[in-house]
Amino acid sequence: MSIDRDLSASIAVTRFGLGAKPGEIAAARGDPAGYLRAQIRPAGADQPDGAFESAAQRIADLRQFQAIRREARQAQVQSGVPIDPKADAKDDPVKQARNLIRDDTGEEFLARMRLAATTDAGFRERWALFWFNHFTVSAVKLQTAVVVGPFEREAIRPRVFDRFENLLVASTMHPAMLLYLDQAQSVGPDSRVAGMGRAGAQGPKRLNGLNENLAREVMELHTLGVGSGYTQADVTEFARALTGWSIVGPNEHPYAAGKTPGEFVFRPGFHEPGARRILGKTYAEGGIEQAHAVLTDLARHPATARHIAVKLARHFVADDPPPALTARLEASFNASGGRLDALAATLIDSPEAWDPRQRKFKTPYEFLVSGYRAAGLAPGELKQVAPVLTGLGQKPFSAPSPKGWDETAGDWAAPDGIVKRMSWSEAFAQATAPVAGQPLELARNTLGARLSPAVATAIAHAESRPEAFSILLMSPEFQRR
Amino acid sequence: MTAQLPLDRRSALRAAAGLGLSLTFLGRQAFAASDEALSRRKLVVFVCRGAMDGLSVSPPVGDPDYAALRGEIAIASFGQPNGALPLDDTFGLHPKLATVHALALKGQARIAPAVATPDRARSHFEAQDVLESGTAAVYAESSGWLNRAMQAMGPARKVQALSVGGQAPLILRGAIQAASWSPGGYKDRDARLPAILADLYADDPLLGPALASGLQTEAMAKIATAAGGPAMAANGPQAPTTPPSGASPPQTPAGYQRAGQAAARDLGVTLAHFMTEPGGPQIAAVSLDGFDTHANQGGADGQLANRLAYMDAAIDGLSSGLGAEWRNTVVLVATEFGRTARINGTKGTDHGTGSTALVLGGGLKRGGIIGDWPTLQQARLFENRDTYPALDMRALFKGVLAEQMGVERRALDTTVFPGAATVEPVRGIV
Repeated sequence: MSIDRDLSASIAVTRFGLGAKPGEIAAARGDPAGYLRAQIRPAGADQPDGAFESAAQRIADLRQFQAIRREARQAQVQSGVPIDPKADAKDDPVKQARNLIRDDTGEEFLARMRLAATTDAGFRERWALFWFNHFTVSAVKLQTAVVVGPFEREAIRPRVFDRFENLLVASTMHPAMLLYLDQAQSVGPDSRVAGMGRAGAQGPKRLNGLNENLAREVMELHTLGVGSGYTQADVTEFARALTGWSIVGPNEHPYAAGKTPGEFVFRPGFHEPGARRILGKTYAEGGIEQAHAVLTDLARHPATARHIAVKLARHFVADDPPPALTARLEASFNASGGRLDALAATLIDSPEAWDPRQRKFKTPYEFLVSGYRAAGLAPGELKQVAPVLTGLGQKPFSAPSPKGWDETAGDWAAPDGIVKRMSWSEAFAQATAPVAGQPLELARNTLGARLSPAVATAIAHAESRPEAFSILLMSPEFQRR
Repeated sequence: MTAQLPLDRRSALRAAAGLGLSLTFLGRQAFAASDEALSRRKLVVFVCRGAMDGLSVSPPVGDPDYAALRGEIAIASFGQPNGALPLDDTFGLHPKLATVHALALKGQARIAPAVATPDRARSHFEAQDVLESGTAAVYAESSGWLNRAMQAMGPARKVQALSVGGQAPLILRGAIQAASWSPGGYKDRDARLPAILADLYADDPLLGPALASGLQTEAMAKIATAAGGPAMAANGPQAPTTPPSGASPPQTPAGYQRAGQAAARDLGVTLAHFMTEPGGPQIAAVSLDGFDTHANQGGADGQLANRLAYMDAAIDGLSSGLGAEWRNTVVLVATEFGRTARINGTKGTDHGTGSTALVLGGGLKRGGIIGDWPTLQQARLFENRDTYPALDMRALFKGVLAEQMGVERRALDTTVFPGAATVEPVRGIV
């Protein structure tokens, strides 16, 4: 690396990491690349602090809640007493349960954000955030809202430095993904259950069909990428192969030996029998193994390596990433058999990733996290961050689609967003600006060699410490990484 | 006051005269409306993300194949409980689209029931990019067709644009800085900071224009909301999902829907006030999401019905908030593609091709459906699964831009919709 060590330390902490805590840039200065490499570890990403339930537990709780609610409604209808929409939550067990469920999810998001704000391994956490977004599960409905947190903890965090293939399989099998992309109830048209449905003529309630949502998004978003050559027929065949990948229902026994409600289960009766032909290859009938084999091949497909390489380079370096960098990452993915620890090391060792130009504009989450890190603080309550993130267009756990949050400056640097960032910066600085010390010292700690003379001057001329901190937070070099 | 031709049109005329071309060759469109009238013309585009099901928006209940294909999510026929609101012998509107239907009865709303972009990949993201960039292929343009249309309107017509929501949609991105706005703006705590930042951003091509535009819009928002726009609920244009926040949202599903619809109506009213202020935007884009109904889509009620009720409320707020200016306004509602004609195995529908676009406005010409109806006969379904794409979405966009906003054909064929010269604009809308 030919650029100077001070600038490299600043890049390591602010671009690869989540922004500098006081003293962090100084700690990285001795060996900036080594500082990052040391954060790669086989155990994967850190887990947020707190005793949170498993996805299975959350799904079981939710179903229980829904049953209580149904009963309560029926009782209400029978009693003839009109529903009072203003009734106090503390008198109503259904509302209490609903609030509990919502609070759990909120607590989990807060814990995740606190981890980001406090961790010494900012690169490791950013690496995990990249994969959460790659395998998006979004809180668009109550039943997925309760499992986004467990999905990240159970499927993603442990495997972010594992093989891509293992991460892909864990994500695809996870109950959260099966619910989010409607896989849990997808039934092969010629499966045993569909056949029973026809014979038994159970009316409109019988299950009899395919849902291709998960199959399509795995190909389009998680592996090959759109435009890489797969066809509608490939999607439909993959959807057939995936039939049977489901979740244990409440009080269910037949398939569920040793399983509890809410866990993954393979339902042979839902599975479409027969061989499948996908991307020119035939997959023999094999129950659960059939879709597994497809996933393995998708993970190893050259188009997947290219897709991941471009996304990584776009996330870490530039909206329009340098081709030399994507080529390097692609080669690493292919050569290592999709090893994500090797891929992370390749990224760190790529000179293009250390280009001093700041070409990434922070997303709202990154902006808030880096603000807390600059202040040496962590959010104490959800209400300090959730309404702000929602207003900035990045509602907690609620990416707008399976594609996840957008990554480019064009998406986030809208006029309204800039004004709202300014508004938050002022309020945050009012509440948190250090009561002692030199504002310029704080700026140097936060931006290192990135601090521009113009911003340094503006900070030096500020009329108060909060104003100085607001200027730092809104400076062009802090808004970017 | 003598109406002055804008510079670009005058120079075009002069160039045409020099070349000996006749005025008719330049096209009647360019002179269909005086400049005074043009300066009042407004266009609002709703982008419905997630692939909105055209067969539910404007159910062809008179099509003999409709009910069987749709099964339990079919909308009932005219006159039945929760049935379609009738437009003609074949088509109705979804029962939750009461505002749209009332407008249609006055000749102020029409449907294009089998419209699609040129994209056939059935990928939300690729298709949304094609829809908003106005190109034939994905990633061919990084700017939106509405922005390029504004550029084509020329420097003499000072057109402003606004997007509603925290993020800037592709459709409005490009060389002209569009304003963006969402509820909950700047509190003006310290008037010094905006000035300091404006200095620091002076040479920043991204942050400088964005801050300037944002501050200007906030100033307008103060007037727009004071002018009778009720305080808006946060997160207006998004689905009223369960927030994991500390706020106290409504406690029942019905409560969520009511609150969502009230917020949607407020959003429409506030947008209308923005657009009727002096110097306010003539062009606006609104994103609505939550249309990806793979499972439990519902029929007259349910998941999709709630989203349509939300959209209907926004249109209600907008059309009533515009008052007399409604006659100068066109609203386009479009989605990236439609959904499968058949119900799927999980009481929903998968990614399809043709869908419905809506065109609304106080100054529309009366007429039937826009484009042809390919029917739902099995042989006519696209790839034996989707509504056949009988009309190129760009034909509709071009027609609206030409007739409503006075954009000239040459610009439509070259810069606004590159590569689409052979796509004939729909005529007779305004």
